[in-house]
Amino acid sequence: MSRPAEILVTDASGAAQSENVSRRSFLIGATSAGFTLAFLPPGLTISDASAAVASQSFEPTLWYDIDRSGIVTVNIIRAEMGQHVGTALARIVADELEADWDKVRFRHVDSDPKWGLMVTGGSWSVWQSFAYLSQAGAAGRIALIEEGARLLGVSKGDCKARNSAVVAGKRSMSYADIVTKGNLTRVYTADQLKALPLKPATERRLIGVETRATDIPNKTNGTARYGLDAEVAGMIYARPKLPPTRNDCKVTAIDDSAAKSVKGYLNSVELNDPSGTVPGWVVVYADSFDAANKAADKVKVTWSVPDAAKVSEADLLDHGRKLLADPKGGSLVVEDAGVDQAFASAKMTLEQTYTTSTVLHFQLEPVNGLAFEKDGIWEIHTGNQWQSLILPTLAKALGVPEAKVVLRTYLLGGGFGRRLNGDYAVPAALASKAMGGKPVKLVFTRADDVLFDSPRSPSVQRVRIGFDADKKVVAMEHHATAGWPTQVMIPSFMPKGKNGEPYDPFSIAGADHWYSVGAQRVRAVSNDLANKTFRPGWLRSVGPGWTNWALESFMDEAAHSIGVDPLAFRLGLLTGASANGANGALREAAVLKRAAEKAGWGSKLPPDTGLGIAATFGQERDMATWSACVARVKVDRTTGLAKVEKLTLVVDAGTVVHPDGALAQVEGAALWGVSMALHEGTEFVNGQVRSTNLHNYTPLRMRDVPDMDIEFVASTDTPTGLGEPGTTVVGPAIGNAIFAAVGLRLRHIPISKEAVLAGLKTV
Amino acid sequence: MTTFKLNGQPLNIDGADDTPLLWAIRDIAGLKGTKFGCGIGMCGACTVHLNGRAIRSCITPVAAAGGTEITTIEGLDPAGQHPLQRAWIETQTPQCGYCQSGQIMQAATLLKDYPSPTDADIDAVMNGNLCRCMAYVRIRKAIKLAAAASKSSVS
Repeated sequence: MSRPAEILVTDASGAAQSENVSRRSFLIGATSAGFTLAFLPPGLTISDASAAVASQSFEPTLWYDIDRSGIVTVNIIRAEMGQHVGTALARIVADELEADWDKVRFRHVDSDPKWGLMVTGGSWSVWQSFAYLSQAGAAGRIALIEEGARLLGVSKGDCKARNSAVVAGKRSMSYADIVTKGNLTRVYTADQLKALPLKPATERRLIGVETRATDIPNKTNGTARYGLDAEVAGMIYARPKLPPTRNDCKVTAIDDSAAKSVKGYLNSVELNDPSGTVPGWVVVYADSFDAANKAADKVKVTWSVPDAAKVSEADLLDHGRKLLADPKGGSLVVEDAGVDQAFASAKMTLEQTYTTSTVLHFQLEPVNGLAFEKDGIWEIHTGNQWQSLILPTLAKALGVPEAKVVLRTYLLGGGFGRRLNGDYAVPAALASKAMGGKPVKLVFTRADDVLFDSPRSPSVQRVRIGFDADKKVVAMEHHATAGWPTQVMIPSFMPKGKNGEPYDPFSIAGADHWYSVGAQRVRAVSNDLANKTFRPGWLRSVGPGWTNWALESFMDEAAHSIGVDPLAFRLGLLTGASANGANGALREAAVLKRAAEKAGWGSKLPPDTGLGIAATFGQERDMATWSACVARVKVDRTTGLAKVEKLTLVVDAGTVVHPDGALAQVEGAALWGVSMALHEGTEFVNGQVRSTNLHNYTPLRMRDVPDMDIEFVASTDTPTGLGEPGTTVVGPAIGNAIFAAVGLRLRHIPISKEAVLAGLKTV
Repeated sequence: MTTFKLNGQPLNIDGADDTPLLWAIRDIAGLKGTKFGCGIGMCGACTVHLNGRAIRSCITPVAAAGGTEITTIEGLDPAGQHPLQRAWIETQTPQCGYCQSGQIMQAATLLKDYPSPTDADIDAVMNGNLCRCMAYVRIRKAIKLAAAASKSSVS
């Protein structure tokens, strides 16, 4: 299965890059303003910390500074896209540092090789950062206590740190005074650092304690700055003219005669893209966005188009079905011994096929980029989730070394995985290059943004289960196919399955569940037609968005097929008795039980109303966040409308660093789950998505929000991810609730009123 | 040439009459708090007030603003302390925040018309404002909190 911890040791170019902070040493060195506390790059040892900090010669991976007024500033390499990530990460440092939260600041940094891998996705930020940010904070605390003790003339054993001060009995000295009067300069070897005591969970003063997110006030008064707000003096504007398909179009003619009547129109240029990111693109320049927008509508471009222009949604799904029908294709992610024999000897088997439609990111800020060359450096101003992935592509597109490209950081007007794929920065850079490096602000209209989206691929899945004569589960297999974003954008991230074939871990996560099912097989198959037709994207939770729809709908069907209550059936497979992840299975069982209890599982409900249950360990086995959902849904037999009346969610994410922020993430994620189950989805028609804007793409809005009851399991375990798991548990809970309400089993999302009405005639 | 008041200051826009007011506000007046989301009046991120009423600036030609008073998020309260802004912070409503200027401007009109809005009032008026992070639960809570705060400060 996907192993983000291992993934982290590979950078975007596939080169080995150790991110294992436990092997790094740590330094504290004086600067003109105070002290810098930083991890050293692996393998580097130094003797003089202050000289090293002063010279910057070793490019330290800086984590935070403390200045003479005691202000602690933490560098944040993760993108802010609504998760209040800076608040959560800075509080991890500050807690171990025993800093006064009022004196803690953070800054979201621009791209720089010294930060190592810059990526914000996979719900990884807190989970991955917790250990080293804690260590960095602890190292600072220990040094401050030692230095404070020396300045106070007391034994360090008599001192403790609290609230940005070192306290010895009735005497104390503030961190500001220690920084001003003392010398914190230290170097800790990796082994010494490891030996520094982290605080026990009972001593935490910030982690798990309610606070207000630092980024919020600016988001209420118009001062928050997103990529689209970036400006530099002398910039011109541009809007792209997109070719009919994502790949392989060629410009055959550009006719801008009609655009010349637009005041402010400058010219139209076909982009020359050595990186192959935007083939067949034309950009239309003007002195304002309004003029560029109007002119682009009047510029006529003709293209030669590839076969992909004939591909539609049904072709993609049919191709997926064909791929799954060939048992030899794809990668065996789980392949226990004896699967076929177990099925052959099973007394009863059940098999079903599930499908999901294409889904758009539709982040509210359309993609955009401001680019220019200054003193030999190309600056790209835009919001981005994976700087390390797009920088090599930008360098290739511009024909310069990577060191000559910098991504300036802005807030993201929604990420949801869209900005993991930084492809939109490429045409912005090329649009500037075509103007000799002059500042160009490339703005996509909403339709441009949608047509250039890397959507969630449509998917086809087949799931089968085998029971013995005692109705005990003895075998299970799960086959899934979809377009694979990781294969298209960063194949070096793909591990190999049991048959040696590589697979996209993010496109199959979830199918490798923790239920004990006897002999198990999980197979992932890349839909090559999808990969060719469009660029598949990582969309909030990626694969679990479809794998969990199939798995948790199927577990319900399997339970009913043997006449067992769906909750009892799941709990019976989550005993922790098998080798399949004992602790994980029990944690999943615990959230299921609690959600069922809270939602009144088994209680009598009004007519056409049902409760459906589902669970997930999303996001990945290595970073499990145990989530269960009970949906209460009422089906209107006249209109076909399935109304979600209430969602009850219980989540075990280990230690929750920023409780209110975590709650907000689950609220939003759960509603994304409702939206993708019932409200939004599109389809490919002739090589492009049919939807272009909100008149034909309809995410959930205010009046469709159900009641929600969300509970976190109290825990001091390692914190895990929260941005995504809620999205994947809701859809199958809704599908299962519809079955409970009216006996109709639906195997495709989104669920339309038409599908409900048609289905009701058959039950 | 179109002349109107933007957050109380007179402004002359020397451009095409059909330029959307949104781009005049953002790119000519340089006020970036009003956002571009869909360009067809269906997401609400561009919501501003024209003579005190919420409008979609992305589909309002600048000529239609002539002689009017336009208020943006920057002008809603000089200190950013409008009861809605305070409630938005109190409830920790924004996630990515991109839609929130528009949500707050729309909610300001809502509270003028319905000082004590019911859930149905909120649904009806706020349904046109898309929040892609789906922070709807908190938007609703913040509106009710602001309504209660405004009421108690009046009485």
